[in-house]
Amino acid sequence: MSNKIDHSMSLASPDALNITTKQKIALAFGLVGLFILVLALFNVDFPNRAVFLTLSLGLVIGGTIVYSREAYLTKLEGIKNDGVWFKSLTSRGVLGWALGIVLTVFYIVLYFFPALLGLGTNGEANTGLVALFDPLSNLLSGNNASQWFVYGTLYTVAILAFGYKFMLKYRHNRYQQLRTGSVMFFQTAFAFVIPELMARLNSDDFSLPYNDLKNMWPLNYYAFDQWRVDQFINAQTVGLFFLILGVVMVFVISPYLTYKYGKRWYCSWVCGCGGLAETAGDSFRQLSNKGVKAWKFERWMINSVLVFSIVTTVAVISTFLGYDSEKYWFTKGVFLISIGVFLTLLLAGILYYKRKELNKSAFRGAIGYYILTIAFLVFYSFFDLSQIKINASYFSFGLNQNTYNFDSALRSFYGFGIGSIFSGVIGTGFYPILGNRAWCRMGCPMATIMGIQQRLFSKFRITTNGGQCISCGNCSNSCEMGIDVRAYAQKGENIVRSSCVGCGVCSAVCPRGVLKLENDSMDGRINPTEVLLGNDVDLMDFVNKN
Amino acid sequence: MEHVVIIGNGISGVTVARHIRKNSDKKITIVSAETDYFFSRTALMYIYMGHMKFEHTQPYENSFWKKNRIELKKGFVETIETTSKTLHFTGGDILEYDKLVIATGSKPNKFGWPGQDLEGAQGLYSKQDLDSIERNAPDNKTCKRAVIVGGGLIGIELAEMLNSRSIPVTFLVREDSFWNGVLPKGESAMINRHIKNHHIDLRLSTNLQEIKSDENGRVKSIVITETGEEIECNVVGLTAGVAPNIDFLKTSNIETNRGVLVNRQLETNIPDVYAIGDCAEQRDGGIGQRRTIEAVWYTGRMMGEVLAQTICGNPLEYKPGHWFNSAKFLDLEYQTYGWVFADRGRPEYEEHFHWIHEDDTKCITVAYHKDTKAFLGINTFGIRMRHETFDRWLTEKRDVDYVIKNLPEANFDPEFYKHFEKDILATYNNRLQTV
Repeated sequence: MSNKIDHSMSLASPDALNITTKQKIALAFGLVGLFILVLALFNVDFPNRAVFLTLSLGLVIGGTIVYSREAYLTKLEGIKNDGVWFKSLTSRGVLGWALGIVLTVFYIVLYFFPALLGLGTNGEANTGLVALFDPLSNLLSGNNASQWFVYGTLYTVAILAFGYKFMLKYRHNRYQQLRTGSVMFFQTAFAFVIPELMARLNSDDFSLPYNDLKNMWPLNYYAFDQWRVDQFINAQTVGLFFLILGVVMVFVISPYLTYKYGKRWYCSWVCGCGGLAETAGDSFRQLSNKGVKAWKFERWMINSVLVFSIVTTVAVISTFLGYDSEKYWFTKGVFLISIGVFLTLLLAGILYYKRKELNKSAFRGAIGYYILTIAFLVFYSFFDLSQIKINASYFSFGLNQNTYNFDSALRSFYGFGIGSIFSGVIGTGFYPILGNRAWCRMGCPMATIMGIQQRLFSKFRITTNGGQCISCGNCSNSCEMGIDVRAYAQKGENIVRSSCVGCGVCSAVCPRGVLKLENDSMDGRINPTEVLLGNDVDLMDFVNKN
Repeated sequence: MEHVVIIGNGISGVTVARHIRKNSDKKITIVSAETDYFFSRTALMYIYMGHMKFEHTQPYENSFWKKNRIELKKGFVETIETTSKTLHFTGGDILEYDKLVIATGSKPNKFGWPGQDLEGAQGLYSKQDLDSIERNAPDNKTCKRAVIVGGGLIGIELAEMLNSRSIPVTFLVREDSFWNGVLPKGESAMINRHIKNHHIDLRLSTNLQEIKSDENGRVKSIVITETGEEIECNVVGLTAGVAPNIDFLKTSNIETNRGVLVNRQLETNIPDVYAIGDCAEQRDGGIGQRRTIEAVWYTGRMMGEVLAQTICGNPLEYKPGHWFNSAKFLDLEYQTYGWVFADRGRPEYEEHFHWIHEDDTKCITVAYHKDTKAFLGINTFGIRMRHETFDRWLTEKRDVDYVIKNLPEANFDPEFYKHFEKDILATYNNRLQTV
């Protein structure tokens, strides 16, 4: 194919993509703000940290605000995607790769070498970047900052600043605005401020684990770790409430909301990972791979992660239940059997009631993963996992030299491989390379659970408007989850896909008003057709009935 | 095994190929001189605007064709010998067929303007046209101004494209209001204002007299017929409509007029030769109120769906359902269902109800029969409507009162959008009182 015009790597981009003077100034302010953080990172000791932290974050937020206003408010309302495949940053050009590498390195340091950020170890005072955030942390929780506080603050700042940008970009679209307002709120309140304030309640005889209320298992893979469960139980009524709420969220609230609205209620309205992807990551949504191979890889990958997370969580819980059968009213045996029975009933129900909606590969996959999971459960019931020792250095490129019990080995490996590398380093660090939802699409076990439900038991779908599709491809191009939306739309078929997070951008960018996210009856939700609306009625009857 | 050869890999040709494959094991070859693989012509503009790359406009992955045993041949058919059922290509290749489908689409109209073939003067239809505009108007330093001639759907798309690269545009429109041969007054006027809001220099009731050349045979300027004004420019977009792309058939026995003449079965005068899409012309007059040549994405696809049945042994007439179409004018989405005629060519029984929102970006026009009050069609701007609902209402022959009262049912805007149905209904009721 002779499509040699590719500006992404060129030094001279088309003129229209140049930014205005005002934008250059805004960019300069933002970069100065970031530079203050870099200076702190290199141990420049700022005299008044509170002032400099405020200055830094203020410049970053202010710069983004001024830049976005200049970018969008100077134009009429409408789709603003001009040049996304020309700009180096958003088309895997030099800037894109550079940003990807910077982010990746940041995540590696954050997860594995926090001392480099200035985290004080063994009771020493913080230095560097972490120390710069001490004043804010003290203000909120009364404690000094950790690397996670620094990360949480920057994360929230990114969602707020780029959320504002996103709202301006889609200022003609109320769905986009409300959704973005929602993720900005949940990130700021539930993930950032409330947990920090709750830490103030902790005292010598009362302590709650850091708890982001909206962060459910299995996305929150440590939700049912022993130390957390113990802390919750020890914190009496309040703790027990949070523990029970955690379970109810997974088994009642989430399935109910997913049934009513699809998994978007969480993934693109509440979730923090989704929040960052939809705001700071919005510029990279077109980079997700829409190919069939990527889809096949996705199906194996994401379901494997779910099995891994279930197997790990069950191992962790069954082990601490096994330690001391007096402490918990629930014993290891009862726990393992109830999990086994639950999964068996669930699978049997799906295979029976939804047999017409499952193709051969889905059927085989489900059975295969089921057998694998049950095999683990049987294994757990016959062995005391705390007696099986595993040397972690084999699995961590030598980063971790410790020897673990089987359950903690699984737990550590999950935390390392999935929690850190996949969701952080690859999931966010690779935004400019793989697109903004690589983690949500390929790795998030919670997205898997809600996805299975969305595909089988939900009122949500993206409706295709009769025969109006012109196969232009804007929808597929802007699908961050890599769904080939056009493949459905051009057949006049509704889009009912487990991976759809309901961001609504496909519908927003459609030039012909073909797509609508909606919740409606389960009947006729999946409607494959051969001949589209608008043609001869007899032909439609004839062909579509065959 | 019967060999079906399709000339043209646009939506019509590809649709007929796909449906033949679904219904049979015939050997299928698609011929194209334009591109290796099918792409969505309607998306060409988004490549220039940087929304997508060319490969994103290809609706099927490259492996699709082999998997579905659809052979692709790149080449330009020079002549068709219908007696020996042979195609002769430029360069000497030949290809034999058992059944032939002509789906060669359109080419931009050129009305004999002086200078119309200069470098820099072009239409916007093919992949080659896109390459050419990218060459001639990469940015606003190379192309200091562009002039677009012809106020239709392609013209407005070209204006939007050039606008995205900050290239100043002068837009010459023959009519006294944009696209008012198709759109009723109120809508056409709204688009005039919208175009001007985008800082496009819209010149209504203005014709092109000539395109002047510089010393290198490139476009230098244009002259306006009415005023004699000369406008310097580097690119001239010729977007005064399209015509069937059938020059290569002149030497064949296939009967043509403006397009390839076909009967309701989409058969030409030669057995086993069919024509569909933009290049086909209905021999016995338009179907219903349709034109004899329908250069629209949807009709091309529909003809492909029907013809595949005929070729696979289930002979069918092309009997399209209720008319529908859509377009986008810069930021204004447009959809239409049923028939709404402009002032020109409107049947005397057709009456209109027009509603426009005060923000000047949304309006609807409902056409109905003035005596029976039967609902005839709707144009809608800035409000998305449900195809299925209007198709059903047209079949059920609803009257205009019913349609206006039940508009919320047809709304297809994204969730949480502001609704205007109450306002529309109030305006409608008001109008009846004052009459």
